[in-house]
Amino acid sequence: MTEPLLSVRGVETYYGRIPALKGVDIDVHEGEIVALIGANGAGKSTLMMTICGNPRAREGSITFDGQNITQLPTHEIAALKIAQSPEGRRIFARMTVLENLQMGSIVAPPEHFAADLERVLTLFPRLRERLEQRGGTLSGGEQQMLSIARALMSRPRLLLLDEPSLGLAPLVAKQIFDAIRDLNKSEGLTVFLVEQNAFHALKLAHRGYVMVNGLITLSGTGASLLARPEVKAAYLEGGRQQATP
Amino acid sequence: MPAEAPDRAPPSLVGRALKEALVTGFLAFALFLPLVGFVSVQSMTNTLLLEARWESLFSVVALIAIARFLYVLAGPWLERRRARAKPSAPASNLRKVFSKFFTPFALGFAVVYPIFVLAFTGINPGALKWIDNFGIQILIYVMLGWGLNIVVGLAGLLDLGYVAFYAVGAYSYALLSKEFGMSFWMLLPLSGILASFWGVLLGFPVLRLRGDYLAIVTLAFGEIIRLVLINWVSLTNGYAGISGIPRPTFFGIPFNASDEGFAAIFGLEFSPLYRTIFLYYLILALALFTAFITIRLRRMPVGRAWEALREDEIACRSLGINTTNTKLTAFAMGAMLAGFAGSFFSARQGFISPESFTFIESATILSIVVLGGMGSQIGVAIAAILLVGGTEIMRELDFLKQIFGNDFEPIRYRMLLFGAAMVLIMIWKPRGLISTREPSIFLEERKAIPADLLKEGRG
Ligand SMILES: Nc1ncnc2c1ncn2[C@@H]1O[C@H](COP(=O)(O)OP(=O)(O)OP(=O)(O)O)[C@@H](O)[C@H]1O
Ligand SMILES: [Mg+2]
Repeated sequence: MTEPLLSVRGVETYYGRIPALKGVDIDVHEGEIVALIGANGAGKSTLMMTICGNPRAREGSITFDGQNITQLPTHEIAALKIAQSPEGRRIFARMTVLENLQMGSIVAPPEHFAADLERVLTLFPRLRERLEQRGGTLSGGEQQMLSIARALMSRPRLLLLDEPSLGLAPLVAKQIFDAIRDLNKSEGLTVFLVEQNAFHALKLAHRGYVMVNGLITLSGTGASLLARPEVKAAYLEGGRQQATP
Repeated sequence: MPAEAPDRAPPSLVGRALKEALVTGFLAFALFLPLVGFVSVQSMTNTLLLEARWESLFSVVALIAIARFLYVLAGPWLERRRARAKPSAPASNLRKVFSKFFTPFALGFAVVYPIFVLAFTGINPGALKWIDNFGIQILIYVMLGWGLNIVVGLAGLLDLGYVAFYAVGAYSYALLSKEFGMSFWMLLPLSGILASFWGVLLGFPVLRLRGDYLAIVTLAFGEIIRLVLINWVSLTNGYAGISGIPRPTFFGIPFNASDEGFAAIFGLEFSPLYRTIFLYYLILALALFTAFITIRLRRMPVGRAWEALREDEIACRSLGINTTNTKLTAFAMGAMLAGFAGSFFSARQGFISPESFTFIESATILSIVVLGGMGSQIGVAIAAILLVGGTEIMRELDFLKQIFGNDFEPIRYRMLLFGAAMVLIMIWKPRGLISTREPSIFLEERKAIPADLLKEGRG
């Protein structure tokens, strides 16, 4: 394969003196969906945030499209078209849905705004009905859609999703996974996502990584990880498969 | 248990009211015993004596207890009224009409106000009080409120030292015009620029701070500026202040009794009124300029970034907003507007001293912004009229002297009423007088937004 779009090499991140990442290596190639799974507190969100430069990696390097972004300020990383739907959604609560989406398009050329808006509203029709509602008054699932839609408004080359299915009804979670798959198929969008819902995530992803205590312990194609007994035991409820999507 | 409740309820209302009145009375007694019950007087030998004032204490406590009694009695009736009043469509229609016509009406009123006053009083110095104390004084605070609104209401940066920039503007004008004879029209933008420079200077060290920490540092900054003004006597003349500050001219024509004066040139009889009217329109223009800038900026990327910054700084950064620059521009913009207001203030007064730039000024301006409803222009203007106008009105309540005796100075109770008004408004409208936020962008096919969606979600 060619150079990966995103490559994380030996990254160590600390909160004060406590290490959260202890040397993480990850590759994401152009056009891929890569899933990261792991227990609570493993360091998944920390990795997502470290890629965006907040907190900063103390050791190791992060390269995006051949450029070393390890020391770049967050807003400059965003300008390289790495978009994130962060943990906890971080919607602008008192601004309307439309304003939230507009904030997402800051690093995109303004002439694309109308087309991009149309695109995300087609993807999430619920948002279209609620364009002038305050972000904070949306339901949890709608906020999740808004968070993803806002990230998409920047025409990202790499989309980082931290638990996109968190708090969603199974049907809505499935819609979101379908939307991700469609975007990947039709536009070749590169996606790196963190999920608790390991089964769905690994089915969706081309490749996956398993993180334990700040270290990557397993990696492979989605299907191969799903078949691993240790993954089944730890993340798929002792081998019982959840309802298929 | 529930079966017992109904037959116990009717007699208990009066009983409950009595009990609550008693408790309230007791609390009021404990509270007002030291506040009202005793007064310290100086004896012939200059020692302090405590004198009891039982009648005053008793009347205060009785008043409070009776008020509580009546309030509890009226409780069920109030409750019913509130329940009935809630879902009324006409009321919200009324509000829509109100909000549509209020702004043009208020603007029109502000423009004709001096003419209105003159029509009542005629061209004589009696009009001065109304145009100066009410008109100009209120408009200065409206402008300061709108300026601070950018920092606090839009960008969400709690600034307790706003008066520092007002002071910088005022002293810039005073010093530069006295030393170098520069004109008002040149110094107005210059003081704004100098103030915004100080805004950025303050902004840098506090970039990482938010909320209460930011508030404390800005408070300290305000005090530092004031202390510098007091102690740098060679430059600022310390406590004594600067007097004889040149007054603004009508585009070069001075307002004086000379042959080249405004009155002589326009063939009018000389009166100090013309300058006051000119100053009124000047500050009105400055205030409207502030409002205009705010409205325009809100629709521009930097304004939107301010609001997003108030909501979530981390999200802002990951969307590509340079939060450092965004904060600094908010500080600089707010400070610049305060600088304009400051240079106007010193040109209007002709005399300034550090007395005018104490913390209480910052607190007043911040109260205006908070009471008005953070982010709402109209709300801030109304709050300024209420707070500043209310203070001025208290100076006018001479008839109270006939009731309370000649020693009674209503203005002394300013802070008491200030506080009471604030508590009441915050109970009645916890988010300020006008808490709805106008979105900054709509789709072309603008739909009517259901009123309930406009209500605050949270935060
Ligand atoms: N701001 C912080 N300060 C100190 N420690 C932190 C901070 N954020 C996270 N941690 C710690 O770092 C570790 C990794 O946290 P992280 O949020 O990355 O976990 P996660 O894998 O995303 O978990 P989850 O699945 O619950 O979201 C945890 O032990 C957490 O307590
Ligand atoms: Mg997490």
